[in-house]
Amino acid sequence: MATAAVAASVPALDDAPFVGTRTASLRRLARDPAALIGAVIVAIVVVCALFAPLIARADPNAQDLAATLQPPMWVAGGTHAHPLGTDNLGRDLLARIIWGARVSAIVGISVVAIGGTIGVTAGLLAGYRRGWVDAIIARITDVQLAFPLVLLAVAIVAVVGPGLWTVIAAIGLTSWVQYVRVVRAEAMSLREREFVLAAEASGAAPPRILARHLLPNVASAAIVLGTFEIARAVVLESSLSFLGLGVPPTTPSWGGMLADGRQYLDTAWWTALFPGLAIMIAVMGVNLLGDGLRDALDPSVQP
Amino acid sequence: MSAYLVRRALGALWALIGVAIVVFLILHMTGDPASVMMPPEATKAEIEAFRHEQGFDRPLIVQFASFAVAAAQGDLGLSLRHQEPAMALALQRLPATALLASSAFLIVVLVGVPAGILSALRPRTWVDYVARVIALIGQSAPTYWIGLMLILFFAVRLGWFPASGIGDWHNLILPAATLGFFSTAKIMRLTRAAMLEVLAADYLRTARAKGLTFPRVTLWHGLRNALLPIVTQLGVELGTLLSGAIITETVFAWPGVGRLAVQAVFERDFPVVEAVVLIAATTFVLLNLVVDLLYAVLDPRIRYA
Repeated sequence: MATAAVAASVPALDDAPFVGTRTASLRRLARDPAALIGAVIVAIVVVCALFAPLIARADPNAQDLAATLQPPMWVAGGTHAHPLGTDNLGRDLLARIIWGARVSAIVGISVVAIGGTIGVTAGLLAGYRRGWVDAIIARITDVQLAFPLVLLAVAIVAVVGPGLWTVIAAIGLTSWVQYVRVVRAEAMSLREREFVLAAEASGAAPPRILARHLLPNVASAAIVLGTFEIARAVVLESSLSFLGLGVPPTTPSWGGMLADGRQYLDTAWWTALFPGLAIMIAVMGVNLLGDGLRDALDPSVQP
Repeated sequence: MSAYLVRRALGALWALIGVAIVVFLILHMTGDPASVMMPPEATKAEIEAFRHEQGFDRPLIVQFASFAVAAAQGDLGLSLRHQEPAMALALQRLPATALLASSAFLIVVLVGVPAGILSALRPRTWVDYVARVIALIGQSAPTYWIGLMLILFFAVRLGWFPASGIGDWHNLILPAATLGFFSTAKIMRLTRAAMLEVLAADYLRTARAKGLTFPRVTLWHGLRNALLPIVTQLGVELGTLLSGAIITETVFAWPGVGRLAVQAVFERDFPVVEAVVLIAATTFVLLNLVVDLLYAVLDPRIRYA
């Protein structure tokens, strides 16, 4: 009778709403205010990148030598025509910042695509196959990690020559190791799990096991890492452009704008302040989103 | 313990060999290092003569062997611009970079760790929120922008410190603060997380229940156990500081190896670029070896793994 009472108090399985892992993760993400702020910031940057010609009122490369180094509109001498002021060639800062989002977005996404593909593949192979495959990948990873990343990217760009795709390749080649470390560790623990052993016993080939069984289970960690790598790539690209080793000067980029604004720090502070704020806010948004994704995808991790 | 030492030392040796291979390959990436090193207006005959003079027409494996032997002796050829040994030129500038990096490291340890402890001891108070916001800014803002803003406020507006160059301790403050900002933010967040985890542990509750004083509980029992991940990360951050020095030295015209490397890139002086990359990577490998050994000293479980 006691058993019947207890059984009656437990809802039947059919009555309980089923919430999949993905839905549960999305709900956790939606309840995190910092992650939502991050998502909004990232969305704004993406919209600016995609629709720059429609959003920016002015041509980012149009020079007006009669209006050089104009202050922002709320400072004496500023006008509504140039809300954030102009640079040393009379180009509108706001338009250049909006167009600059394109370079940052392209670099961030491309670097993660290249670095992530190489790194996740290498990490899965190293973690699943072990043996000499793991040993070789581990040695290559150790060597890569021995290099200061900025210096390595500078050296590569120095030899090949500056340009957007050189920068993407240089940063992508330096970022893959981060994925190897994380994915390798996950793959090593997953390969001993029953579902992998069952797949092997049923005769599944290694590529199928890697793609169908291991990859979906390392995806969460790779996605979180990818988000932080976007932030790192944006900062690294802007650093290379600041050094004059990034995109050509004619292409609006936040780092390039900072390099131009450096010499006018005492007379036109806005030329250095606003591009830097743009980078900081964009990267902060990506970091907040990454933190939120990490907490949503793995709730056992304490903030 | 000795087996662990030998394993780590061998690993470092492998890494150094790999570093030499990568440094060699970077210059040969385009397939023709001679045309990369010669000025754009050089004629075909001049490039061919240079190629023969530098030995770039020999088989790749022969080139690498002579490069490796020379690099082991510290000989990376002459600087194309200054006609001095490239390695000597780079080593001359190393003390300035070491001074900058170690000053920044001091800031990271003296500001980042205490801020993290304070933040963990006062969670969800204004102290915690201010520290976390500053840490978020520090990890999001590019180093060179922080440098420019510090110059704008403290050098241009207030005139407290010089904006560039090397001199006495006044010249060191802004560059060291710039270089250390990112790492300080990272260490602060890590210390906070490590301390929170340790402060919630059962053995700490026991220590408090036993009536031990607050410093003994927090520092002796708490921080000591939180130290492991902090020390490891501090070792990594020292490497990050060396890497970030290239940007900071450019912003503040600090005469270190980083600035030398950037100047060498624009002057197409590749022996100097190679020398700087080799020095930096070797320092990284040795630093990581020291961190691994320190880790083994702090955590006996590692020695016998």
